[in-house]
Amino acid sequence: MTLGNWEAVIGLEIHCQLATETKIFCACPARTAEGVSVADLQPNINTCPVCTGHPGALPVLNRKVVDYAILAGLAMNCRIRQRNVFARKNYFYPDSPKGYQLSQYELPICEDGHLEVEVRPGENKRVIIQRIHMEEDAGKSIHLSGFSVVNLNRAGVPLIEIVSGPDMRSAEEAGAYMRAVHAIVTHIGVTDGNMQEGNFRCDANVSVRPRGRKEFGTRVEIKNVNSFRYVEKAIDFEIARQISLIQGGGAVVQETRLYDADRGLTSSMRSKEEAMDYRYFPDPDLMAVQVDPTWIERVRKNLPELPAKRRDRYIAELGLSHADASALTASAALARFFEESLAELDALGLSPQAGAKPLANWITGELSRLANEAGVQPQSGKIRPRHLAGLVKLTVEQVISNTGAKQALSLAWGNGEAIETIVEREGLKQVSDTGALEAAIKKILAANAGQVAEYRSGKEKVFGFFVGQVMKEMKGKANPGLVNEFLKKMLSGDSQ
Amino acid sequence: MIQKIDEIHGAFDRREITAVQLTKKYLEAARASRLNSFITLCEERALGQARAADEKIASHGRVPRDSHPLLGIPLGIKDIFTIEGVRTTCASKMLDNYVPPYTATLVERLEAKGAVTLGKTNMDEFAMGGSNENSAYGNVLHPTHPDRVPGGSSGGSAAAVGGGLCVASIGTDTGGSIRLPAHYCGLVGLKPTYGSVSRYGMVAFASSLDQAGPMTTSVRDAAILFDAMNGHDPRDSTSANVPPSAKTAAALTEEIDWKNLKIGVPAEYFVEGLAPEVEASVRAALQWFESKGAKLVPVSLPHTRYSVAVYYIVAVSEASSNLARIDGVRFGVRPPGAREATDLADFYRKARALFGPEVKRRIILGTFTLSSGYADAYFRRACQVRRLIRQDFDEAFTKVDLIAGPVSPTTAFRFGEKSDPLQMYLNDILTIPANLAGLPALSMPCGQDGAGLPIGLHLIAPPFAEAALLQAANAFEQGRRA
Repeated sequence: MTLGNWEAVIGLEIHCQLATETKIFCACPARTAEGVSVADLQPNINTCPVCTGHPGALPVLNRKVVDYAILAGLAMNCRIRQRNVFARKNYFYPDSPKGYQLSQYELPICEDGHLEVEVRPGENKRVIIQRIHMEEDAGKSIHLSGFSVVNLNRAGVPLIEIVSGPDMRSAEEAGAYMRAVHAIVTHIGVTDGNMQEGNFRCDANVSVRPRGRKEFGTRVEIKNVNSFRYVEKAIDFEIARQISLIQGGGAVVQETRLYDADRGLTSSMRSKEEAMDYRYFPDPDLMAVQVDPTWIERVRKNLPELPAKRRDRYIAELGLSHADASALTASAALARFFEESLAELDALGLSPQAGAKPLANWITGELSRLANEAGVQPQSGKIRPRHLAGLVKLTVEQVISNTGAKQALSLAWGNGEAIETIVEREGLKQVSDTGALEAAIKKILAANAGQVAEYRSGKEKVFGFFVGQVMKEMKGKANPGLVNEFLKKMLSGDSQ
Repeated sequence: MIQKIDEIHGAFDRREITAVQLTKKYLEAARASRLNSFITLCEERALGQARAADEKIASHGRVPRDSHPLLGIPLGIKDIFTIEGVRTTCASKMLDNYVPPYTATLVERLEAKGAVTLGKTNMDEFAMGGSNENSAYGNVLHPTHPDRVPGGSSGGSAAAVGGGLCVASIGTDTGGSIRLPAHYCGLVGLKPTYGSVSRYGMVAFASSLDQAGPMTTSVRDAAILFDAMNGHDPRDSTSANVPPSAKTAAALTEEIDWKNLKIGVPAEYFVEGLAPEVEASVRAALQWFESKGAKLVPVSLPHTRYSVAVYYIVAVSEASSNLARIDGVRFGVRPPGAREATDLADFYRKARALFGPEVKRRIILGTFTLSSGYADAYFRRACQVRRLIRQDFDEAFTKVDLIAGPVSPTTAFRFGEKSDPLQMYLNDILTIPANLAGLPALSMPCGQDGAGLPIGLHLIAPPFAEAALLQAANAFEQGRRA
């Protein structure tokens, strides 16, 4: 989107559900072993006096949540506040069992961080991370006709909120930032990052101003967007709405808006006047969280290689393209999958330098396409690293053609069978038997004397015709390299 | 009826009475009483506990005092503590039908040591009040002067002990709610150091001030109960991580080094409006300590005069938030009309209508003192002054071992006598500072006024110095009797 004389100012507040075993203030599970969201269990089964806000029940902080918040802070270059404090955010809503949310307000655990976000290949943007704080999730309200019901299974599941500075200037930058944060938090393993479940979602603050002006315009908050694409679309819509509003002589009203993905627009939820006074104050039931340097260092030891570094390593050491390296490091699980496949290849005798590029192509190409169609992650289907290693090895060694490989992968995606087995059974091996090839070429050349003459008179365009005919004769299983080589040789008349 | 733990255990040992017989007697007395000190009697449950106590005595041949220091002892528990399966109202219509799914740590601990829970005692609604005139279940009467208030908010706990309806009781003290009724009713009432007794399962009024403690007829019983209830609780993050003092009762009679005992007497506690008879009794008690060789040292607690203001900002701020969960959504009473609410605001207005006037007043005050634009001037400022009040005590305790004074300016007053809330609030001026500073403090009888109404002596100690506090109190109690 071109903004002409206007400039957009965007800041994001990202809510990220932490993948701890238990809730933030009680011993109730925060997730199930089967990977089913606790919200989807039988309503209100996953609760106790603490997370349902019974009178007299008290919170006790899950230290794993602090570990994860510190880890996220370190990954985003934050300063860890050694004394940080939980505060009560007071508001009435039936899915908020205590009548307040325990969050952090004036003294959050992480502050003053930053991220280098790659907006386009080679084009970096530094985004300030103002703060990261810990808080509890609310329950879920379900509105039925004439009444509403509340499910508190999710109440008390830990979240971190990652607040950026007002540093982004376009939807593209905001999207890139959100992807970068997603890649980091999934890489360091503090969240599953599942956006469909709402485990990674954001609020976007958007304002516009004439280019060159220092003061910010009036900002609008877009609530609860849980996809990268929607964030970009919602911001683009909002920027356009605000500019045309001002250009039409109107003014932007400070308010909270919701993004309607179906209609592709934002609509007003509540105005500033209706904004709530949360009456924050330090929670007297929890002591200040004291994080000493030993604790921080212990967590720092668990900090894995971060996605940007991993991406650069893939480019430098494995010779991957920027696009492939970025795609493979978008999530830790995918990067791990790639590296495990590489190790399998190594075991098969193919060096990473030789195998990495074709492997990356298969993962970001055909495998991703299959996964996309199925609506799952590339690494979470039946294709395991050994499948990919087998596939790459067979193609590199020209045992199977590209077409044959695609066919084998597609079959393995469906049933998880070994690539080698499929190749055998389906007869996908290329024919590299020079005798058979020579015989086939001879046959084609004999049957197409006119074209042979054309070729020999210099019309080399017909070469492709011969390739096609030979492949057809060989039922697609001929090794294309050999076909080329032999065709050239035989057309030039050497073996006539 | 025997009302001292040691005597009861002696009687159990000699088979003069069984725990079941004792429990029945107390239940009968409680049922027959007009004091209105119990909201709920747990008859079946109590008799079951008493039977278990008798079995234990039979199998051991005597009361196993070390493992079960409260075996067969019938207690009244303030109706602010949760007990699984037992109605817990906090004397509020909002919780009239509330049966909690879990038991408070304090109750668990007392019962694990053999205590029999006779019932849940009446109180000011959500512990908000100093006279027990704010209960949705009616006033509690003073045990000996029925036209007078028993004090609050633990008025039911006080009247039940004072009226001989249980051996001892548990109260809670946010701004004096144990010590005030102990003073009015002639009992020993101990508010322990903040953090020494678990608050898990104690319905919160003001979380940073609330502390549970015993109300008894003797210092020794207070010590025995304190030993049974204190100690770290992993379910309460504010519970202090210090070794529990389980030997307070055993150390009670240790010889006091009188020559080196310094008792601070704060000028600020002998306030204007202090009844002459109250002052005379307290001064006489101080002289007794002096006569034993203790040194009376004038100390200054200059920020005492701000304590009522600070308290009524901090306490109401926390309360406004603490009581937000009482909304009729997940438990408690959903008043008529709430179901037909037109929107969410209307729902909450209707759902929270059953709070009593004093509770509503404090919720509104606390919502105001925390609100944007006012929090700096009220809540934050109050927290700052609270630190100064604590520093006053820190300073004083560098010079003295204990601080002594009156508990309240007057003896028990008549029902309706203090109709102005502000007048009622000022009544707490001498008890509030110990809550704001988190210090252990007790009230114990030291005399009577002309009408025969008890007068309490107020002793305050440094944090976690309950043993020294109870030793001095025990010496006074025994010495005075001699």
